[in-house]
Amino acid sequence: MAKNTFRKYNIGDFIFEKLTLLFAALVLFLILLMTFEMYTGSLGSIKKFGWNFLINSEWDPVQEIFGALPIIFGTLFSSFLALIISLPLSLGVAIFLSELAPSWLEKPLSYLVELLAGIPSVIYGLWGIFVLVPWIRNDVEPFLSERFDFLPFFRGAPYGFGMLAAVLILAVMVLPIISSITRDVLKSVPQSQREAALALGATKWETIKIVLKEAKPGILGATMLGLGRAIGETMAVTMVIGNTANISLSLFDPSYTMASVIANEFTEATSDIYVSALIELALVLFVITVLINAFARLLVWSLERKWKKS
Amino acid sequence: MKCLMIFSVIVTLVPLVFIFYYTLSKGISYLNLDFFIQMPKPVGESGGGMANAIVGTLILITIGGSIGIPIGVFAGTYLSEFGNNKFGYLVRFMTDVLSGVPSIVVGVVAYTLVVVPMKHFSALAGGIALAILMIPTITRTTEEMIKLVPHSLREAGLALGIPKWKTTLMIVLKTAWKGIATGILLGLSRAAGETAPLLFTALGNRFWSTSIFQPIASLTVYIYDYAKAPFEEWNNQAWTAALVLILLISILSLLFKIITRPKYKTNK
Repeated sequence: MAKNTFRKYNIGDFIFEKLTLLFAALVLFLILLMTFEMYTGSLGSIKKFGWNFLINSEWDPVQEIFGALPIIFGTLFSSFLALIISLPLSLGVAIFLSELAPSWLEKPLSYLVELLAGIPSVIYGLWGIFVLVPWIRNDVEPFLSERFDFLPFFRGAPYGFGMLAAVLILAVMVLPIISSITRDVLKSVPQSQREAALALGATKWETIKIVLKEAKPGILGATMLGLGRAIGETMAVTMVIGNTANISLSLFDPSYTMASVIANEFTEATSDIYVSALIELALVLFVITVLINAFARLLVWSLERKWKKS
Repeated sequence: MKCLMIFSVIVTLVPLVFIFYYTLSKGISYLNLDFFIQMPKPVGESGGGMANAIVGTLILITIGGSIGIPIGVFAGTYLSEFGNNKFGYLVRFMTDVLSGVPSIVVGVVAYTLVVVPMKHFSALAGGIALAILMIPTITRTTEEMIKLVPHSLREAGLALGIPKWKTTLMIVLKTAWKGIATGILLGLSRAAGETAPLLFTALGNRFWSTSIFQPIASLTVYIYDYAKAPFEEWNNQAWTAALVLILLISILSLLFKIITRPKYKTNK
Protein backbone atom coordinates (compact mmCIF):
# COMPACT_ATOMS: atom_id res chain seq x y z
CA MET A 1 0.00 0.00 0.00
CA ALA A 2 1.31 3.43 -0.86
CA LYS A 3 1.22 4.89 2.58
CA ASN A 4 2.93 8.13 1.81
CA THR A 5 0.97 9.21 -1.21
CA PHE A 6 -2.04 10.61 0.56
CA ARG A 7 -0.90 11.70 3.94
CA LYS A 8 2.12 11.74 6.18
CA TYR A 9 3.07 8.37 7.61
CA ASN A 10 0.86 7.84 10.62
CA ILE A 11 2.89 7.55 13.83
CA GLY A 12 0.13 5.48 15.47
CA ASP A 13 0.32 2.93 12.68
CA PHE A 14 4.06 2.73 13.12
CA ILE A 15 3.78 2.13 16.86
CA PHE A 16 0.96 -0.37 16.43
CA GLU A 17 2.82 -2.41 13.86
CA LYS A 18 5.99 -2.49 15.94
CA LEU A 19 4.02 -3.35 19.07
CA THR A 20 2.36 -6.37 17.52
CA LEU A 21 5.69 -7.28 15.94
CA LEU A 22 7.17 -7.26 19.43
CA PHE A 23 4.59 -9.74 20.65
CA ALA A 24 5.12 -11.96 17.64
CA ALA A 25 8.87 -11.85 18.19
CA LEU A 26 8.20 -12.81 21.82
CA VAL A 27 6.98 -16.21 20.63
CA LEU A 28 10.25 -16.76 18.76
CA PHE A 29 12.21 -15.48 21.73
CA LEU A 30 10.34 -17.90 23.98
CA ILE A 31 11.62 -20.92 22.06
CA LEU A 32 15.19 -19.61 22.11
CA LEU A 33 14.86 -18.86 25.81
CA MET A 34 13.58 -22.36 26.52
CA THR A 35 16.51 -23.91 24.70
CA PHE A 36 18.99 -21.64 26.46
CA GLU A 37 17.52 -22.23 29.92
CA MET A 38 17.56 -25.97 29.55
CA TYR A 39 21.05 -25.94 28.10
CA THR A 40 22.49 -23.91 30.97
CA GLY A 41 20.49 -25.99 33.45
CA SER A 42 21.96 -29.22 32.15
CA LEU A 43 25.56 -28.04 31.77
CA GLY A 44 26.62 -29.89 34.93
CA SER A 45 25.37 -33.18 33.60
CA ILE A 46 26.62 -32.54 30.07
CA LYS A 47 30.13 -31.83 31.39
CA LYS A 48 30.20 -34.84 33.68
CA PHE A 49 28.73 -37.50 31.41
CA GLY A 50 29.11 -36.15 27.88
CA TRP A 51 27.68 -38.46 25.24
CA ASN A 52 27.72 -41.31 27.75
CA PHE A 53 24.50 -39.82 29.05
CA LEU A 54 22.75 -41.08 25.96
CA ILE A 55 24.36 -44.52 25.66
CA ASN A 56 24.96 -45.59 29.24
CA SER A 57 22.22 -47.88 30.49
CA GLU A 58 22.56 -47.30 34.20
CA TRP A 59 20.26 -44.83 35.94
CA ASP A 60 21.32 -44.80 39.55
CA PRO A 61 20.56 -41.64 41.55
CA VAL A 62 22.17 -43.04 44.70
CA GLN A 63 25.57 -43.50 43.05
CA GLU A 64 24.94 -40.39 40.96
CA ILE A 65 25.41 -42.27 37.71
CA PHE A 66 22.97 -41.16 35.05
CA GLY A 67 22.65 -42.99 31.75
CA ALA A 68 19.46 -42.37 29.84
CA LEU A 69 19.50 -45.29 27.41
CA PRO A 70 16.79 -47.42 29.07
CA ILE A 71 14.63 -44.32 29.43
CA ILE A 72 15.07 -43.28 25.82
CA PHE A 73 14.38 -46.87 24.81
CA GLY A 74 11.19 -46.92 26.90
CA THR A 75 10.03 -43.65 25.35
CA LEU A 76 10.58 -44.72 21.76
CA PHE A 77 9.34 -48.28 22.26
CA SER A 78 6.08 -47.20 23.89
CA SER A 79 5.47 -44.47 21.29
CA PHE A 80 6.10 -46.71 18.28
CA LEU A 81 3.87 -49.46 19.63
CA ALA A 82 1.15 -46.91 20.36
CA LEU A 83 1.43 -45.69 16.76
CA ILE A 84 1.18 -49.23 15.39
CA ILE A 85 -2.12 -49.66 17.21
CA SER A 86 -3.62 -46.27 16.59
CA LEU A 87 -2.52 -45.62 12.99
CA PRO A 88 -4.86 -48.12 11.28
CA LEU A 89 -7.71 -47.09 13.56
CA SER A 90 -7.23 -43.38 12.96
CA LEU A 91 -6.92 -43.92 9.21
CA GLY A 92 -10.20 -45.80 9.34
CA VAL A 93 -11.84 -43.00 11.31
CA ALA A 94 -10.44 -40.32 9.00
CA ILE A 95 -11.52 -42.11 5.81
CA PHE A 96 -14.95 -42.73 7.24
CA LEU A 97 -15.37 -39.11 8.27
CA SER A 98 -14.09 -37.54 5.07
CA GLU A 99 -15.26 -39.98 2.37
CA LEU A 100 -18.07 -42.18 3.61
CA ALA A 101 -20.03 -40.63 6.44
CA PRO A 102 -23.30 -38.88 5.57
CA SER A 103 -23.04 -35.19 6.38
CA TRP A 104 -25.48 -35.35 9.30
CA LEU A 105 -23.20 -37.88 10.98
CA GLU A 106 -19.88 -36.31 10.17
CA LYS A 107 -20.05 -33.29 12.48
CA PRO A 108 -21.16 -35.01 15.70
CA LEU A 109 -18.73 -37.87 15.12
CA SER A 110 -15.80 -35.51 14.55
CA TYR A 111 -16.81 -33.68 17.69
CA LEU A 112 -16.87 -36.91 19.70
CA VAL A 113 -13.45 -37.97 18.42
CA GLU A 114 -12.07 -34.55 19.28
CA LEU A 115 -13.55 -34.85 22.77
CA LEU A 116 -11.02 -37.64 23.31
CA ALA A 117 -8.26 -35.09 22.81
CA GLY A 118 -9.88 -32.73 25.30
CA ILE A 119 -9.91 -35.13 28.25
CA PRO A 120 -7.10 -34.09 30.61
CA SER A 121 -4.20 -36.51 30.63
CA VAL A 122 -4.42 -37.02 34.39
CA ILE A 123 -7.96 -38.36 33.99
CA TYR A 124 -6.70 -40.91 31.46
CA GLY A 125 -4.15 -41.89 34.11
CA LEU A 126 -6.81 -42.17 36.81
CA TRP A 127 -8.89 -44.36 34.56
CA GLY A 128 -5.79 -46.34 33.69
CA ILE A 129 -4.95 -47.07 37.32
CA PHE A 130 -8.40 -48.15 38.42
CA VAL A 131 -9.96 -49.66 35.30
CA LEU A 132 -7.39 -50.51 32.64
CA VAL A 133 -4.60 -51.89 34.82
CA PRO A 134 -6.78 -54.38 36.79
CA TRP A 135 -8.31 -55.55 33.51
CA ILE A 136 -4.88 -56.07 31.97
CA ARG A 137 -3.58 -57.85 35.08
CA ASN A 138 -6.53 -60.19 35.49
CA ASP A 139 -7.62 -60.89 31.94
CA VAL A 140 -5.32 -59.68 29.19
CA GLU A 141 -1.89 -60.66 30.46
CA PRO A 142 -2.75 -64.20 31.62
CA PHE A 143 -4.47 -64.77 28.28
CA LEU A 144 -1.54 -63.47 26.24
CA SER A 145 1.14 -65.33 28.21
CA GLU A 146 -0.79 -68.58 27.89
CA ARG A 147 -1.16 -68.44 24.12
CA PHE A 148 1.78 -66.40 22.90
CA ASP A 149 4.65 -66.99 25.31
CA PHE A 150 6.87 -68.11 22.42
CA LEU A 151 7.12 -64.39 21.57
CA PRO A 152 9.49 -62.28 23.70
CA PHE A 153 6.79 -59.60 24.03
CA PHE A 154 4.46 -61.60 26.19
CA ARG A 155 6.65 -63.05 28.90
CA GLY A 156 6.95 -62.22 32.56
CA ALA A 157 4.79 -61.74 35.58
CA PRO A 158 1.44 -60.04 35.01
CA TYR A 159 1.79 -56.87 37.08
CA GLY A 160 -0.75 -54.86 35.19
CA PHE A 161 1.36 -51.75 35.58
CA GLY A 162 3.83 -51.70 32.70
CA MET A 163 4.47 -51.15 29.04
CA LEU A 164 1.22 -52.68 27.81
CA ALA A 165 -0.99 -50.35 29.84
CA ALA A 166 1.05 -47.33 28.76
CA VAL A 167 0.89 -48.35 25.10
CA LEU A 168 -2.88 -48.81 25.16
CA ILE A 169 -3.48 -45.45 26.84
CA LEU A 170 -1.07 -43.69 24.47
CA ALA A 171 -2.79 -45.26 21.49
CA VAL A 172 -6.12 -43.79 22.60
CA MET A 173 -4.54 -40.40 23.28
CA VAL A 174 -2.82 -39.97 19.90
CA LEU A 175 -5.76 -41.28 17.91
CA PRO A 176 -7.75 -38.02 17.80
CA ILE A 177 -4.71 -36.05 16.63
CA ILE A 178 -3.81 -38.35 13.77
CA SER A 179 -7.40 -38.85 12.68
CA SER A 180 -8.41 -35.18 12.75
CA ILE A 181 -5.37 -34.00 10.79
CA THR A 182 -5.67 -36.87 8.31
CA ARG A 183 -9.35 -36.02 7.85
CA ASP A 184 -8.45 -32.41 7.09
CA VAL A 185 -5.76 -33.50 4.65
CA LEU A 186 -8.12 -35.91 2.89
CA LYS A 187 -10.80 -33.24 2.69
CA SER A 188 -8.43 -30.83 1.04
CA VAL A 189 -7.56 -33.25 -1.76
CA PRO A 190 -9.05 -31.49 -4.78
CA GLN A 191 -12.49 -32.79 -5.67
CA SER A 192 -11.43 -33.02 -9.31
CA GLN A 193 -9.15 -35.96 -8.45
CA ARG A 194 -12.11 -37.94 -7.19
CA GLU A 195 -14.27 -36.97 -10.14
CA ALA A 196 -11.54 -37.97 -12.57
CA ALA A 197 -11.16 -41.37 -10.94
CA LEU A 198 -14.90 -41.97 -10.90
CA ALA A 199 -15.21 -40.84 -14.49
CA LEU A 200 -12.62 -43.41 -15.52
CA GLY A 201 -14.81 -46.07 -14.02
CA ALA A 202 -13.13 -46.53 -10.65
CA THR A 203 -15.23 -47.90 -7.83
CA LYS A 204 -15.75 -45.91 -4.65
CA TRP A 205 -13.03 -47.89 -2.91
CA GLU A 206 -10.55 -47.47 -5.77
CA THR A 207 -11.20 -43.75 -5.68
CA ILE A 208 -10.43 -43.66 -1.97
CA LYS A 209 -7.18 -45.49 -2.65
CA ILE A 210 -6.20 -42.83 -5.18
CA VAL A 211 -7.08 -40.07 -2.72
CA LEU A 212 -5.02 -41.79 -0.03
CA LYS A 213 -2.05 -42.06 -2.35
CA GLU A 214 -2.30 -38.37 -3.15
CA ALA A 215 -2.51 -37.50 0.54
CA LYS A 216 0.39 -39.69 1.61
CA PRO A 217 2.79 -36.91 2.73
CA GLY A 218 -0.01 -35.34 4.78
CA ILE A 219 -0.84 -38.64 6.44
CA LEU A 220 2.83 -39.11 7.23
CA GLY A 221 2.87 -35.61 8.73
CA ALA A 222 -0.19 -36.39 10.84
CA THR A 223 1.45 -39.60 12.05
CA MET A 224 4.58 -37.73 13.04
CA LEU A 225 2.52 -35.21 15.00
CA GLY A 226 0.92 -38.14 16.79
CA LEU A 227 4.37 -39.58 17.46
CA GLY A 228 5.49 -36.24 18.91
CA ARG A 229 2.50 -36.23 21.21
CA ALA A 230 3.12 -39.81 22.32
CA ILE A 231 6.77 -39.14 23.08
CA GLY A 232 5.93 -36.12 25.22
CA GLU A 233 2.86 -37.47 26.96
CA THR A 234 3.46 -37.40 30.70
CA MET A 235 0.77 -37.91 33.29
CA ALA A 236 -1.17 -40.88 31.96
CA VAL A 237 2.04 -42.76 31.17
CA THR A 238 3.64 -41.97 34.53
CA MET A 239 0.61 -43.30 36.33
CA VAL A 240 0.49 -46.70 34.61
CA ILE A 241 3.93 -47.58 33.23
CA GLY A 242 5.42 -48.83 36.50
CA ASN A 243 8.39 -46.46 36.55
CA THR A 244 11.39 -48.75 36.46
CA ALA A 245 14.41 -48.10 34.25
CA ASN A 246 15.16 -51.30 32.39
CA ILE A 247 15.45 -52.38 28.79
CA SER A 248 13.08 -55.21 28.03
CA LEU A 249 11.11 -56.28 25.01
CA SER A 250 8.37 -57.70 27.19
CA LEU A 251 5.21 -55.64 27.26
CA PHE A 252 4.47 -56.97 30.74
CA ASP A 253 7.52 -55.38 32.35
CA PRO A 254 7.41 -52.01 34.01
CA SER A 255 9.32 -49.35 32.11
CA TYR A 256 10.07 -45.64 32.09
CA THR A 257 9.78 -42.77 29.64
CA MET A 258 11.66 -39.48 29.59
CA ALA A 259 8.58 -37.51 30.54
CA SER A 260 7.63 -39.88 33.35
CA VAL A 261 11.14 -39.85 34.85
CA ILE A 262 11.02 -36.07 35.03
CA ALA A 263 7.50 -36.04 36.48
CA ASN A 264 8.38 -38.69 39.03
CA GLU A 265 11.82 -37.69 40.21
CA PHE A 266 12.16 -33.94 39.73
CA THR A 267 10.86 -32.92 43.14
CA GLU A 268 12.85 -35.71 44.80
CA ALA A 269 16.12 -34.80 43.15
CA THR A 270 18.39 -33.73 45.97
CA SER A 271 21.81 -33.17 44.44
CA ASP A 272 22.67 -30.62 41.78
CA ILE A 273 23.93 -33.25 39.39
CA TYR A 274 20.64 -35.15 39.72
CA VAL A 275 18.59 -32.05 38.85
CA SER A 276 21.00 -31.31 36.05
CA ALA A 277 20.60 -34.81 34.60
CA LEU A 278 16.82 -34.47 34.70
CA ILE A 279 17.00 -31.10 32.95
CA GLU A 280 19.23 -32.67 30.31
CA LEU A 281 16.56 -35.32 29.85
CA ALA A 282 14.03 -32.52 29.32
CA LEU A 283 16.38 -30.94 26.78
CA VAL A 284 16.67 -34.23 24.85
CA LEU A 285 12.88 -34.59 24.92
CA PHE A 286 12.49 -30.97 23.74
CA VAL A 287 14.90 -31.39 20.84
CA ILE A 288 13.30 -34.66 19.70
CA THR A 289 9.76 -33.28 19.77
CA VAL A 290 10.73 -30.00 18.11
CA LEU A 291 12.45 -31.87 15.25
CA ILE A 292 9.51 -34.22 14.79
CA ASN A 293 6.97 -31.39 14.89
CA ALA A 294 8.93 -29.15 12.56
CA PHE A 295 9.26 -31.94 10.01
CA ALA A 296 5.59 -32.88 10.29
CA ARG A 297 4.37 -29.28 9.88
CA LEU A 298 6.55 -28.81 6.83
CA LEU A 299 5.08 -31.94 5.25
CA VAL A 300 1.47 -30.91 5.90
CA TRP A 301 2.07 -27.31 4.79
CA SER A 302 3.88 -28.15 1.57
CA LEU A 303 1.03 -30.42 0.59
CA GLU A 304 -1.64 -27.82 1.30
CA ARG A 305 0.27 -25.21 -0.67
CA LYS A 306 0.60 -27.57 -3.61
CA TRP A 307 -3.15 -28.17 -3.70
CA LYS A 308 -3.99 -24.52 -3.35
CA LYS A 309 -1.96 -23.74 -6.43
CA SER A 310 -3.43 -26.47 -8.58
CA MET B 1 -14.09 -52.17 3.63
CA LYS B 2 -16.80 -49.84 4.78
CA CYS B 3 -17.44 -52.19 7.68
CA LEU B 4 -13.80 -51.90 8.72
CA MET B 5 -14.04 -48.10 8.76
CA ILE B 6 -17.20 -48.19 10.85
CA PHE B 7 -15.55 -50.72 13.13
CA SER B 8 -12.61 -48.37 13.75
CA VAL B 9 -14.96 -45.49 14.57
CA ILE B 10 -16.73 -47.69 17.11
CA VAL B 11 -13.46 -48.91 18.65
CA THR B 12 -12.35 -45.29 18.95
CA LEU B 13 -15.48 -44.25 20.77
CA VAL B 14 -15.39 -47.11 23.28
CA PRO B 15 -12.69 -45.55 25.53
CA LEU B 16 -14.55 -42.25 25.45
CA VAL B 17 -17.74 -43.88 26.70
CA PHE B 18 -15.80 -45.85 29.31
CA ILE B 19 -13.95 -42.84 30.67
CA PHE B 20 -17.08 -40.74 30.93
CA TYR B 21 -19.03 -43.61 32.44
CA TYR B 22 -16.45 -44.31 35.15
CA THR B 23 -15.82 -40.67 35.96
CA LEU B 24 -19.51 -40.04 36.34
CA SER B 25 -20.45 -43.19 38.24
CA LYS B 26 -17.46 -43.14 40.59
CA GLY B 27 -17.22 -39.39 40.94
CA ILE B 28 -20.84 -38.78 41.83
CA SER B 29 -20.56 -40.40 45.28
CA TYR B 30 -18.62 -37.52 46.82
CA LEU B 31 -20.13 -34.77 44.73
CA ASN B 32 -21.92 -32.62 47.25
CA LEU B 33 -21.72 -29.12 48.61
CA ASP B 34 -18.97 -30.10 51.06
CA PHE B 35 -16.68 -30.96 48.20
CA PHE B 36 -16.81 -27.37 47.01
CA ILE B 37 -16.60 -25.52 50.32
CA GLN B 38 -14.53 -27.73 52.64
CA MET B 39 -10.83 -28.28 52.93
CA PRO B 40 -9.19 -31.70 52.43
CA LYS B 41 -9.31 -33.88 55.54
CA PRO B 42 -6.32 -35.83 56.82
CA VAL B 43 -6.14 -39.59 56.22
CA GLY B 44 -8.66 -41.52 58.24
CA GLU B 45 -11.24 -38.80 58.53
CA SER B 46 -14.04 -39.13 56.05
CA GLY B 47 -15.64 -36.31 54.14
CA GLY B 48 -13.95 -33.07 53.36
CA GLY B 49 -13.64 -31.33 50.06
CA MET B 50 -11.23 -29.60 47.76
CA ALA B 51 -12.21 -25.96 48.05
CA ASN B 52 -8.56 -24.93 48.00
CA ALA B 53 -7.85 -26.90 44.84
CA ILE B 54 -10.84 -25.49 42.97
CA VAL B 55 -9.85 -21.95 43.89
CA GLY B 56 -6.21 -22.81 43.14
CA THR B 57 -7.01 -24.04 39.64
CA LEU B 58 -9.01 -20.87 38.98
CA ILE B 59 -6.14 -18.70 40.26
CA LEU B 60 -3.61 -20.58 38.14
CA ILE B 61 -5.59 -20.18 34.94
CA THR B 62 -6.21 -16.53 35.77
CA ILE B 63 -2.46 -15.91 36.08
CA GLY B 64 -1.80 -17.93 32.95
CA GLY B 65 -4.52 -16.09 31.08
CA SER B 66 -3.42 -12.61 32.06
CA ILE B 67 0.05 -13.33 30.70
CA GLY B 68 -0.85 -15.57 27.79
CA ILE B 69 -3.91 -13.80 26.37
CA PRO B 70 -2.31 -10.43 25.50
CA ILE B 71 0.75 -12.11 23.97
CA GLY B 72 -1.37 -14.54 22.00
CA VAL B 73 -3.90 -11.98 20.77
CA PHE B 74 -1.30 -9.41 19.68
CA ALA B 75 0.95 -12.01 18.09
CA GLY B 76 -2.09 -13.32 16.21
CA THR B 77 -2.96 -9.77 15.15
CA TYR B 78 0.54 -9.34 13.79
CA LEU B 79 0.35 -12.59 11.85
CA SER B 80 -2.92 -11.74 10.16
CA GLU B 81 -2.38 -8.01 9.54
CA PHE B 82 1.35 -7.71 8.87
CA GLY B 83 2.58 -11.29 8.80
CA ASN B 84 2.57 -11.92 5.08
CA ASN B 85 6.35 -11.98 4.95
CA LYS B 86 9.23 -14.27 5.80
CA PHE B 87 9.22 -13.27 9.46
CA GLY B 88 5.51 -13.96 9.66
CA TYR B 89 5.97 -17.44 8.23
CA LEU B 90 8.76 -18.11 10.70
CA VAL B 91 6.60 -17.02 13.65
CA ARG B 92 3.66 -19.08 12.39
CA PHE B 93 5.91 -22.10 12.03
CA MET B 94 7.47 -21.64 15.45
CA THR B 95 4.05 -21.22 17.06
CA ASP B 96 3.02 -24.58 15.66
CA VAL B 97 6.27 -26.11 16.86
CA LEU B 98 5.73 -24.59 20.31
CA SER B 99 2.29 -26.16 20.48
CA GLY B 100 3.95 -29.56 20.12
CA VAL B 101 6.43 -29.06 22.96
CA PRO B 102 5.51 -31.46 25.78
CA SER B 103 3.97 -29.70 28.75
CA ILE B 104 6.46 -31.28 31.13
CA VAL B 105 9.29 -29.59 29.26
CA VAL B 106 7.53 -26.26 29.70
CA GLY B 107 7.31 -27.10 33.40
CA VAL B 108 11.06 -27.67 33.60
CA VAL B 109 11.68 -24.33 31.86
CA ALA B 110 9.34 -22.54 34.27
CA TYR B 111 11.23 -24.19 37.10
CA THR B 112 14.65 -22.97 35.97
CA LEU B 113 13.23 -19.59 34.96
CA VAL B 114 11.06 -18.72 37.96
CA VAL B 115 11.37 -21.23 40.79
CA VAL B 116 15.17 -21.29 40.95
CA PRO B 117 15.72 -17.49 41.03
CA MET B 118 12.83 -16.97 43.48
CA LYS B 119 13.96 -20.00 45.52
CA HIS B 120 10.32 -20.88 46.00
CA PHE B 121 7.67 -23.01 44.34
CA SER B 122 4.84 -20.61 43.58
CA ALA B 123 1.51 -20.08 41.89
CA LEU B 124 3.26 -17.51 39.71
CA ALA B 125 5.65 -20.12 38.31
CA GLY B 126 2.72 -22.44 37.59
CA GLY B 127 0.82 -19.62 35.92
CA ILE B 128 3.77 -18.76 33.69
CA ALA B 129 4.06 -22.39 32.60
CA LEU B 130 0.35 -22.43 31.75
CA ALA B 131 0.71 -19.14 29.86
CA ILE B 132 3.41 -20.62 27.62
CA LEU B 133 1.12 -23.56 26.91
CA MET B 134 -1.80 -21.28 26.00
CA ILE B 135 0.05 -18.94 23.66
CA PRO B 136 0.12 -21.16 20.53
CA THR B 137 -3.61 -21.93 20.67
CA ILE B 138 -4.60 -18.31 21.22
CA THR B 139 -2.20 -16.97 18.58
CA ARG B 140 -3.36 -19.28 15.82
CA THR B 141 -7.09 -18.93 16.55
CA THR B 142 -6.78 -15.15 16.70
CA GLU B 143 -5.02 -15.15 13.35
CA GLU B 144 -7.64 -17.36 11.73
CA MET B 145 -10.51 -15.36 13.17
CA ILE B 146 -9.15 -11.98 12.12
CA LYS B 147 -8.66 -13.33 8.61
CA LEU B 148 -12.39 -14.05 8.47
CA VAL B 149 -13.28 -10.37 8.93
CA PRO B 150 -14.47 -9.10 5.53
CA HIS B 151 -12.12 -6.75 3.74
CA SER B 152 -14.88 -4.26 3.10
CA LEU B 153 -15.01 -3.47 6.81
CA ARG B 154 -11.32 -2.53 6.86
CA GLU B 155 -11.71 -0.52 3.68
CA ALA B 156 -14.70 1.32 5.14
CA GLY B 157 -12.68 2.27 8.21
CA LEU B 158 -9.68 3.39 6.20
CA ALA B 159 -11.91 5.30 3.76
CA LEU B 160 -13.28 7.33 6.64
CA GLY B 161 -9.73 8.43 7.35
CA ILE B 162 -9.30 6.34 10.47
CA PRO B 163 -5.67 5.33 10.84
CA LYS B 164 -4.90 1.67 10.33
CA TRP B 165 -4.12 0.94 13.98
CA LYS B 166 -7.46 2.32 15.08
CA THR B 167 -9.25 0.42 12.33
CA THR B 168 -7.59 -2.78 13.42
CA LEU B 169 -8.27 -2.31 17.11
CA MET B 170 -11.74 -0.76 16.98
CA ILE B 171 -13.23 -2.43 13.93
CA VAL B 172 -11.37 -5.59 12.99
CA LEU B 173 -10.62 -6.90 16.48
CA LYS B 174 -14.05 -5.88 17.69
CA THR B 175 -15.70 -7.78 14.87
CA ALA B 176 -13.56 -10.85 15.42
CA TRP B 177 -13.69 -10.90 19.20
CA LYS B 178 -16.16 -13.75 19.39
CA GLY B 179 -13.85 -15.98 17.48
CA ILE B 180 -10.88 -14.78 19.48
CA ALA B 181 -12.79 -15.60 22.65
CA THR B 182 -13.11 -19.16 21.34
CA GLY B 183 -9.36 -19.45 21.15
CA ILE B 184 -8.92 -17.92 24.57
CA LEU B 185 -11.41 -20.23 26.24
CA LEU B 186 -9.92 -23.21 24.44
CA GLY B 187 -6.50 -22.22 25.75
CA LEU B 188 -7.86 -21.69 29.26
CA SER B 189 -9.66 -25.01 29.40
CA ARG B 190 -6.58 -26.87 28.15
CA ALA B 191 -4.55 -25.14 30.84
CA ALA B 192 -7.10 -26.11 33.48
CA GLY B 193 -6.48 -29.77 32.65
CA GLU B 194 -2.68 -29.59 32.76
CA THR B 195 -0.84 -31.44 35.49
CA ALA B 196 2.73 -32.10 34.46
CA PRO B 197 3.97 -28.49 34.41
CA LEU B 198 2.42 -27.86 37.82
CA LEU B 199 4.17 -30.72 39.63
CA PHE B 200 7.31 -28.72 40.24
CA THR B 201 6.16 -25.14 39.73
CA ALA B 202 2.95 -24.64 41.70
CA LEU B 203 3.77 -27.89 43.55
CA GLY B 204 0.41 -28.26 45.36
CA ASN B 205 -0.67 -27.29 48.83
CA ARG B 206 -2.70 -29.02 51.53
CA PHE B 207 -3.79 -25.70 52.97
CA TRP B 208 -5.67 -22.62 51.96
CA SER B 209 -3.55 -20.24 49.94
CA THR B 210 -4.33 -17.44 47.55
CA SER B 211 -0.89 -15.85 47.48
CA ILE B 212 0.74 -16.00 44.10
CA PHE B 213 4.19 -16.32 45.69
CA GLN B 214 3.31 -19.47 47.62
CA PRO B 215 2.74 -23.03 46.43
CA ILE B 216 -0.87 -23.50 45.49
CA ALA B 217 -3.24 -26.46 45.20
CA SER B 218 -4.84 -27.48 41.93
CA LEU B 219 -7.45 -30.07 40.99
CA THR B 220 -5.18 -31.93 38.61
CA VAL B 221 -2.31 -32.33 41.07
CA TYR B 222 -4.83 -33.53 43.66
CA ILE B 223 -6.15 -36.13 41.21
CA TYR B 224 -2.60 -37.34 40.63
CA ASP B 225 -1.70 -37.51 44.33
CA TYR B 226 -4.99 -39.04 45.42
CA ALA B 227 -4.98 -41.61 42.63
CA LYS B 228 -1.53 -42.88 43.68
CA ALA B 229 -2.37 -42.85 47.40
CA PRO B 230 -3.05 -46.20 49.09
CA PHE B 231 -6.27 -44.98 50.76
CA GLU B 232 -9.57 -45.93 49.21
CA GLU B 233 -11.21 -42.77 50.48
CA TRP B 234 -8.68 -40.64 48.62
CA ASN B 235 -8.97 -42.77 45.48
CA ASN B 236 -12.68 -42.11 45.44
CA GLN B 237 -12.17 -38.42 45.96
CA ALA B 238 -9.81 -38.41 42.99
CA TRP B 239 -12.74 -39.51 40.82
CA THR B 240 -14.87 -36.71 42.21
CA ALA B 241 -12.09 -34.22 41.50
CA ALA B 242 -11.93 -35.58 37.95
CA LEU B 243 -15.67 -35.09 37.58
CA VAL B 244 -15.44 -31.53 38.90
CA LEU B 245 -12.57 -30.83 36.51
CA ILE B 246 -14.57 -32.13 33.55
CA LEU B 247 -17.54 -30.04 34.67
CA LEU B 248 -15.32 -26.96 34.94
CA ILE B 249 -13.94 -27.51 31.45
CA SER B 250 -17.42 -28.17 30.05
CA ILE B 251 -18.72 -24.97 31.59
CA LEU B 252 -15.87 -23.08 29.95
CA SER B 253 -16.55 -24.61 26.55
CA LEU B 254 -20.31 -24.17 26.91
CA LEU B 255 -19.62 -20.53 27.61
CA PHE B 256 -17.70 -20.18 24.36
CA LYS B 257 -20.36 -22.06 22.39
CA ILE B 258 -22.91 -19.51 23.61
CA ILE B 259 -20.93 -16.37 22.86
CA THR B 260 -19.49 -17.55 19.57
CA ARG B 261 -22.15 -18.14 17.01
CA PRO B 262 -20.54 -17.76 13.59
CA LYS B 263 -21.30 -14.34 12.19
CA TYR B 264 -19.64 -14.44 8.79
CA LYS B 265 -19.30 -17.21 6.29
CA THR B 266 -16.00 -17.73 4.55
CA ASN B 267 -15.86 -17.53 0.80
CA LYS B 268 -13.72 -20.61 0.36
